[in-house]
This record gives sequence, structure tokens and C-alpha cells, in this order.
Amino acid sequence: MTIGQSVREAANASFTAIKAIGLALALMAVPSVASAAPAASAAAEAKPAAAAPVAAEPAPEAPKIDPNDPRYKVAPGGYTPMKPTPGVGMPIDGALDVQTQFSPTGKQALSMHNGLVWVMAVIAVFVLLLLLYVMIRFNARANPVPSKTSHNTLLEVIWTGVPILILVAIAVPSVSLLRAQFKDPGKQALTIKATGNQWYWTYTYPDNGGFEVISNMLKEKGEVKGTERFRTDDDGPSQLAVDNRMVVPVGEDIRLQAIGADVIHAFAVPSLWFKIDAVPGRLNQGILHIEKPGVYFGQCSELCGARHGYMPIVVEALPRDKYNAWVVAQGGKVDGLPEAPAAPAAAGQAAAEPAAKPAA
Amino acid sequence: MATTAENFQAHADDHGHHDHKPAFFARWFMSTNHKDIGTLYLIFAIFAGIIGGGISGLMRLELAEPGIQHLGWIANMLGEPGASFDAQLHLWNVLITAHGLIMVFFMVMPAIIGGFGNWFVPIMIGAPDMAFPRMNNISFWLTVAGFCSLMISAVVPGDVTGNGAGIGWTAYAPLSTYGSVGPATDFAIFSLHLAGAASIMGAINFITTIFNMRAPGMTLHKMPLFVWSVLVTAFLLLLALPVLAAAITMLITDRNFGTTFFDHKGGGDPVLFQHLFWFFGHPEVYIMILPGFGIISQVISTFSKKPVFGYLGMAYAMVAIGVVGFVVWAHHMYTTGMSINTKLYFTLATMVIAVPTGIKIFSWIATMWGGSIEFKSPMVWAIGFIFLFTVGGVTGVYLANGGIDDVVHDTYFVVAHFHYVLSLGAVTALFCGFYYWFPKMSGKMHSEFLAHLHFWVFFVGVNMIFFPQHFLGLQGMPRRYPDYAQAYSYWNEWSSIGYLVLLASLGIWFLNIIYAFTMGKKAADNYWGEGATTLEWTLSSPPPFHQFEQVPTIKDDDHH
Repeated sequence: MTIGQSVREAANASFTAIKAIGLALALMAVPSVASAAPAASAAAEAKPAAAAPVAAEPAPEAPKIDPNDPRYKVAPGGYTPMKPTPGVGMPIDGALDVQTQFSPTGKQALSMHNGLVWVMAVIAVFVLLLLLYVMIRFNARANPVPSKTSHNTLLEVIWTGVPILILVAIAVPSVSLLRAQFKDPGKQALTIKATGNQWYWTYTYPDNGGFEVISNMLKEKGEVKGTERFRTDDDGPSQLAVDNRMVVPVGEDIRLQAIGADVIHAFAVPSLWFKIDAVPGRLNQGILHIEKPGVYFGQCSELCGARHGYMPIVVEALPRDKYNAWVVAQGGKVDGLPEAPAAPAAAGQAAAEPAAKPAA
Repeated sequence: MATTAENFQAHADDHGHHDHKPAFFARWFMSTNHKDIGTLYLIFAIFAGIIGGGISGLMRLELAEPGIQHLGWIANMLGEPGASFDAQLHLWNVLITAHGLIMVFFMVMPAIIGGFGNWFVPIMIGAPDMAFPRMNNISFWLTVAGFCSLMISAVVPGDVTGNGAGIGWTAYAPLSTYGSVGPATDFAIFSLHLAGAASIMGAINFITTIFNMRAPGMTLHKMPLFVWSVLVTAFLLLLALPVLAAAITMLITDRNFGTTFFDHKGGGDPVLFQHLFWFFGHPEVYIMILPGFGIISQVISTFSKKPVFGYLGMAYAMVAIGVVGFVVWAHHMYTTGMSINTKLYFTLATMVIAVPTGIKIFSWIATMWGGSIEFKSPMVWAIGFIFLFTVGGVTGVYLANGGIDDVVHDTYFVVAHFHYVLSLGAVTALFCGFYYWFPKMSGKMHSEFLAHLHFWVFFVGVNMIFFPQHFLGLQGMPRRYPDYAQAYSYWNEWSSIGYLVLLASLGIWFLNIIYAFTMGKKAADNYWGEGATTLEWTLSSPPPFHQFEQVPTIKDDDHH
């Protein structure tokens, strides 16, 4: 049983009684003051658990929702799409290295990447220098009589052993990077499902009421007919901008699941060091954690037919309250808030901003 | 083994005449002579290479600047006038698919195994011909038939949008099953069946020849390293290609007979196809490069006037690469949703391959060390190979890391990596072997000046094309894209200009061939001098139609 499998299974079982047990246990384990947010959220989700037949312990009373909890705040003013910062979260022309990273695993990978680039450069230059040396020192003019040496055990042991040591040195950070990438995002983590379609993405938010966002690439001004929306620089660069972005909360672990609706696609965002295939009939998942609010661009990364190059991915990371405002604007519910007694703040917000959906 | 060779020789002697060549049609269309079949393979590979290389020219043209500028007229040229935008994009996928399949199955493999392998493996072990001459003929013509099938696929409907198979050379299901409904994909898959059958037969032929037809005294541990490389390659072919055949047969039945091997809706799994494909596909990359290793070893030894350093280490490094090459396949699939333990295993196993590869690189340099190096054209190509292959090798170690791979998987970084080991590795080895053996095969000397010029222009060209692609990949540009964001335009332009340089170098090469056949001096038996010690240098240039009517005996002090 690997972490990856258990993570996947846990994700797949998100609406089952197993989760309810887990939440109940979590509630018992977590002291009420230690972490208000998870407890509150768990309680909210634990409501159906009371009805679940497996709950042997008496279901705990649902704690009151703390309106000051930042998880439930809904920013006033609704949602307006964020303007991307040029050169951030997107490729830069003529650049030589990877994009700046905005996720913890991305930063960890980046530091390993920087080390690897040095290792690669040193090896390549070392071989080049050796070649240049033998070409100069042992050309026919400099060395008319060739030696007959064809064995040197010590030398052969060295050039077998040293590469092994280098590889071991590479393997150590490689293993810890994989561990970090496979960290269990935890039960509190927001789940978002990205579905690859020919040729657009849909994003489903099961924790926010299950609404779906359809995300298509924006065409250029000259390519649209009539009043169809075309790309502006506020949307992002050409070939990368979409009409409806995948909006996520910043600074928290997100369980990103990917699946293909028709053929295989791949959800990729280079500035987050994130790529996962969207395979039909298979729910893959990865942990997405964005440290800074911003707009991050990616593209489908598995050949999926004619418009493979025309289904970009845009992730917009917002602070929780703004994310909640976006959720409300989408007609979803704020994660953790009970459905029926809709939080007055959220409801009020929705009423105040009825037309705040992202322009479509 | 010696007995077999003698019997064979006795039979050949029965004819009692030298160098009797059949008439044109019988000689070239019904050939059973390993040298003639080798020549046919080389001509075929050059022809296929021109088409595959021409396609890459169209691709670099389209990628020279952002936007879709050229796919329209290319579609028009291919008989689809007024192709819709989607049809043009589909055409792009057809081009990348054809480029990959042609270069792998119809250029590199026929040239390096069918061409040089057929020509020089029997000669180097002192055999009069291949073990199964008629099967050799079938191998070649099946390869040609496979190529024809691939060409047909380009002009029959592939998808609702246009002609041709746009599935990528990897033919991932379900894009290659219910994702491409037309017959083009069936033709493309069938072309792999034919090429695969041809290669399996070739592999059987090489293994039998090398095990049974060595001249007296030519023990396995005395065989030239090129023969070793072809032997290891033949085993890889024999073990890997049936897996491909099985996988693509399942594709065919999924497509046409309602099975669901790779369709989750019927209990299958699309990822299963990838496992099967790469179980073949990873050994396949060693199939393409190992004979190149062999050529480089011969050339480095010849022009350093020294025996190969660490001969046994070199031979068994290739065996090790072949063996380990079979247990690393899923590093092509890091993003398919593998568990952490699987990723860990494939990361570590893949890195292990760097060790025998390092042994080879350092042994080549050690062969040169203390030598008396002459910079004849093959040597210059060989030294270029060592450097370029090292660059491709270190990026391979980088990509081996499952966690690192996430950012560059399916980007131009990967494209750059595998072109460094193939386009700059295997193809450089091909040109190295070409200049090494061309006078032996044709009897005419090429121009050393043009050969050197060819190298330098080629070296600049390929590096200009592929080095910037590392940068594009690190910045996130995905593979198999006909259009890209403005921010990828700078290095793409460099890459496209590099293609023109490469094209010029190929012009020089063709010029050199024309020069050799029209003005080239007659080649001596051993035109490279004292360093060239293998058996082909004991024969005339070109060798007699049937060589070794007297079985050569390899003395104990003769060295590889």
C-alpha cells in the first residue's frame, strides 16, 4: 500500500461513511481550541455522519460557526478576474531557465534543479576538456608512436565508482522531492476536479456545491465573430488566456484531481511544477499549493487531437475571502458552511453581486 | 561453430567461380547477398531520411514564428485544398507522427542495423554471408512495404477533420482507438507490424550469424565491438518488438473488432497501452544507439592506432545497458498517476543506466589517451558524437528524476534530450560510419575536405536547432504544438534558423557522394592505414561479391 494509492483511494471515497468516521475521530482528537477552522469544517461535514450507521460514538454537537473564521469570509465587491502580472506565472521570451516557482514543492524542486544543472554542466565540460586535452596532447604530430595500453583496473573502478556516488547524491534529494509531492493533502483540503475534454477544460468544485466551470481558450480580436469575447491583455498572453479560469484559494493545500472525458489530456502548470495526466476512467490526483495570489498559466501536455495546442489552463489563486466571493458568484456554497442556514454574509453578497460572474 | 562456417564455405566453393553477379533485377530485387541488401537498406534509409527530414523542415517552418502560417498550403499540397483550421491542426499531428515513425523505423534502424549491420557484421566475423540470406531479403522488402503502408496512411481519412494518422509516434490509446476513427491509423499501425516483423527477422538473422558463423579463432571475446553492439541490439529487438506487435494488435482489435483492452468503458485501461508501448519503446532507443556505440568504438580505435581501452568492459557495458534498458520503461510515464514507490523505483533504475554509459564515454577517451590520433573525417564525427551524446546523456539523468520530470515532461526539454541522443547521437554515429566505410562499400574515396566541412556545418546546425529547445522546455513549451505563446518565439526562431544550417550540411553530404562517384579516387584495401585492423580491411574495396571463400583464421595475438 503506497501513499499514492491511499491518497487516491481516500479521495475517491470522499462522500462515504469512511470519511464520516475519520471526521468523527478527528473531532475527538482535535482539542476544540487548537484549531478552530478544521474542527468547524469537520463538524459541518459531519452532519451527514450523524445519520451514518457506522458512527458508534454519539455524534458530537455541531459547534457554532465562527463568523470571524477566515475560511468563511466572503470578500465584499464580488469577483473581478485578476489581471496577470507580465512575466509572472507565464513564460518569458528568451529565458533560459524554468519559470519562477510559486509552490512549496516547486521551490524544493527548483533548488534540486539548480543543483542538477550544475552537475550536468560540470560533467559536460569535464568530458569536453578531456576530449580537447587528448586531441591536443595525443594527436599524431604530438605523439607519433601510440601506446599499447588497453587496461587499467584502477581507472576503470574509478570511473564506475564516481558516477555511482554522483547518482546517489542525486537520488537523495530526488527521493525527498517525491515524498513532498506525494504528501497527503489532508481531509480539510479543498478538492477540485479538472476534466480534460477535446478541447477545453472543465473544473468541478465538489466541496463548494459541485458547480462546474467550463474553460475555453480565448481567441484573438481578429478571429472572433460578432460580439464573441476576444482576448485582451487583462486575460493573459495569446494561446494561454481562457474565458473562465480555475480559481483556487491561495496558501492552502488543494487536492487537484484530473480525469479525461474522451482521450488523454494532461493538466500542467509550469510555474507550480505541476503536471498530471487526465486519463479517461482514472482519477489521478496531485497536491497543489500556491503561495502567492496570482494568475498562473499552463497548457495541455498530452497529445489529444487536432486542438491539442488550443486548450490552455489558467489557475487564479485568490485569498480565501475573495475565493469565497468567486464561489458565491458561481452559485456555489462556501466550503464548510452548512447549506440550509446560508451564512447571511454569503447570501447578502450573492444578492449584492448578482451579475458578478466572470464575463463569458 | 567453425564447422558450420566451413560447411557453408564448402558449399559456396562448389560454384567454382568468383564474383559472379546476377543481372540487375535479380541482383537488386531478389537479392540474397548481405552486401547488396545492406546497400539497399542504406539507399532506402537515405530516401526515408529525406522524407522524414523534409517533414521536420515543414515543422520548423511552421514553428519559426507564432501563428499558423504554412499548414494550409501543406494541406493543399497533400491533396486537401481548402482545409479547415481543424484539418490544418490535424495535419500538424500527422506530420509529427510521420516524422517520428519514419526517423525511428525507416531511417535510423534500417541504416544502422540493416545497412551497416548487414554489410559489416558477416565480414567482421569472417563469414561469407548472413545465416539466412533469403530471410534477409524478406526483412528488407517488408521494411519497404511498411514504409508504403505509412505513406498510404497519409492520404486516407484519419479523423473527421482530415487525412492521415495524427496519433503521435507513441500512438497512445484512446487517441489512437476511438479518438481517430479513419483507416489512416490502421495503415500506420500496420506499417509498424510490417517494420516490426522485418526487424524481428533481421534480429534472428544476426543472432544466428554471430553465434554460428564466426571464423576459426574469432571467439566471442575477440569480436569487434561493432559486432558486439549488433548482437546486443538483435537481442533487444527480439525481446522488445513482439511486445510492440502485441500492443498494436490490441489497438487494431480495439479499433475494429470491439475489444476494450485500452478502453475503460469495457474494463480496459489506457495506461496499459503506455506500459506495453514503453516496454518496447525504451529498449527501442537503445536499439537505435547501441550499433552507433559499436561504430564509434571501431573508429576511435582505428584513428588512435590503439586497441579499444577496456574491451571487455565496453562489451559488457553494452550488455548491461541492454539488460537494464528493459526495466526502466515507466520513466516515460511519470505523470500518468503512478504511485510514489513506482516512481521511486523507476527513478533509481533509470539513473543506473548512466553508469555503463559513463564507462563507455570514459573508455573512448582512454582509447584516445596515449594514441596517435589522426583527424580523418570519421574520427572528427566520432569525437563530435562523444560530446553530443554526453550532453544528451546528462539531460537524461536530469529527466530520470520522477519529481523533477513533472515540470519538463512532454515539453521541448524532452524533445531536445532525445534529439541529442538520437538526431545528434545516432545520426552522428551514422555519418561517422558512413565516412568510415563508404570507400570500402563503394570502392571510391570521398572528399575529406567536404566530409570535414559537412561535420562542422552539421555540428553548428544541430546544436542551433536543439540546444535552444532545452530553454523552451524549461519555460514550459509543450511538445506537439503547432502554435505557441509569443514568449516562446525567440528560441523557436533560432531553432528554425538552425534547421537551414543543417539543411546546408546535408547538401554538402550529397555533394560529397556525387564527388566520390564521379571524381573520387579508387579506394585501396585499407585506406585508413595501420589502425584499421578488423577483417573488412583485409578485403578489396569494394569487397568481392562473395568474400572469404578461404575461411580466414584469427590468430591469438590479433586484437579487436
